[in-house]
Amino acid sequence: MGIPLAHKDIFCTRGLRTTCGSKMLSNFVSPYDATVVRRLQEAGTVSLGKLNMDEFAMGSSNETSYFGPVRNPWNLGCVPGGSSGGSAAAVAARLIPAATGTDTGGSIRQPAAFCGITGLKPTYGRVSRYGMIAFASSLDQGGPMARSAADCALLMDAMAGHDPLDSTSHPQGGGRFSAALGRSLQGLRVGVPAEFFGAGLDPEVAQTVETAIQWFAAQGAEIHPVHLPHNAHAVSTYYVLAPAEASSNLSRFDGVRYTHRSAAAKDLQELYLQSRYEGFGAEVRRRILVGTYVLSAGYYDAYYRKAQQVRALIREDFRRAFAEVDVIMGPTTPTPAFALGAKSADPVSMYLADIYTIAVNLAGIPALSLPCGFSKEGLPIGLQIMGDYFADELLLGVAAAYQRDTDWHRRAPAWEEQ
Amino acid sequence: MEAEIVRRIAHLSRIALPESELAQVAGQLDSIFALVAQMQAVPTEGIEPMAHPLDLQQPLRADQLRSETPSREELLASAPRAEDGLFLVPKVIE
Repeated sequence: MGIPLAHKDIFCTRGLRTTCGSKMLSNFVSPYDATVVRRLQEAGTVSLGKLNMDEFAMGSSNETSYFGPVRNPWNLGCVPGGSSGGSAAAVAARLIPAATGTDTGGSIRQPAAFCGITGLKPTYGRVSRYGMIAFASSLDQGGPMARSAADCALLMDAMAGHDPLDSTSHPQGGGRFSAALGRSLQGLRVGVPAEFFGAGLDPEVAQTVETAIQWFAAQGAEIHPVHLPHNAHAVSTYYVLAPAEASSNLSRFDGVRYTHRSAAAKDLQELYLQSRYEGFGAEVRRRILVGTYVLSAGYYDAYYRKAQQVRALIREDFRRAFAEVDVIMGPTTPTPAFALGAKSADPVSMYLADIYTIAVNLAGIPALSLPCGFSKEGLPIGLQIMGDYFADELLLGVAAAYQRDTDWHRRAPAWEEQ
Repeated sequence: MEAEIVRRIAHLSRIALPESELAQVAGQLDSIFALVAQMQAVPTEGIEPMAHPLDLQQPLRADQLRSETPSREELLASAPRAEDGLFLVPKVIE
């Protein structure tokens, strides 16, 4: 028998329900497997089932799921992060050694940080999106979530690679990730952006992340200040582009072919309108409305085109930084896991939980989060390591070096006693 | 954001937003667009818009059926209503 794992319920699994955390797909059984599911199965893994998530991956707390929230195994009163909250919680609680996740604005890294596990958002195009239910196609990327960088690398060996069924799959997407783990840190150029340590960052998170960066310096890495001046605009840019792409992608859920259908509809027009109102939760509806608005006639240049221009500037920030350094380090999240319900009534406060993760998706570069300590309340804190395009192997190697000398990733929550 | 605009984009989105929710949704959209407005301050004159992270050509393939395409039965299995191999919808033409 192979390694057991479980899939985020955004990946289509033949013969097994794929709900994407939504009432809309609560009875959907996919007629095919996602490429990620097929590749991992062919590599010998055994899937134990599907994992809860924010509805259509829209959320940072796993509270938007139609099936109810996931709880953080380190503190059952806290959220596990999102949208891959079920994946992070199941790995942290030691229910499974590894899981798949997806990351559109931080949805692998933020829950990995909140739950004290390791998660990689690969370079856009390295992991096939075929059979991964689309949220924002130019930002979505599947990736591994596990206890260690070494385990993430093993998963990437199987998951990554060119897929002719995904037209945005990179022809050179594959790699030998687990062969790249034994690297030295001597001379590694580490960039630290001042923009990631400003107002809004919890002092405990700042101190823990700075201590981790000092560990790299002690191993012979060179620490350099870098600047990402447009990071401040990443969240606002994202909330134009991601809803725009989502409003288009989610138009396929029509009440006709494989979704929830309203029982109240009398004609076809009403069937679309009612089924989509009933089938989508409030956050998904909000994002569809925002996306429809920014794409509608007369607003396109002011919102969508403008956001695409700022996106280009965000990519340019990284391009400049990676001309000088090999990796960039900072916090994954501004705070440790927050309490259930703390942000669910205020969408914008929830969006700002992703302030350090979103720019990576806009640029399309890889980044991972790994545990680097705990708050006084015993909640995990994540260190984020970002790299240039196709630096996934480097990120995993750098994280593995840290994990050979530290044991934060070996700590497990005593959730059964809570 | 005025209720009339929310009503219009809800219709364009094919979402039957009840009148009773319009005011609340309008307020939430206002706070989202206040966040979005921060981006407007960035000077972008002459910047080429970025649509996608990969500067790759879209690949072409032969227009052929794949052998592993799901069967009609499998495709209809999750349909809310189907009959005789077809999706059923309310009558469109009287």
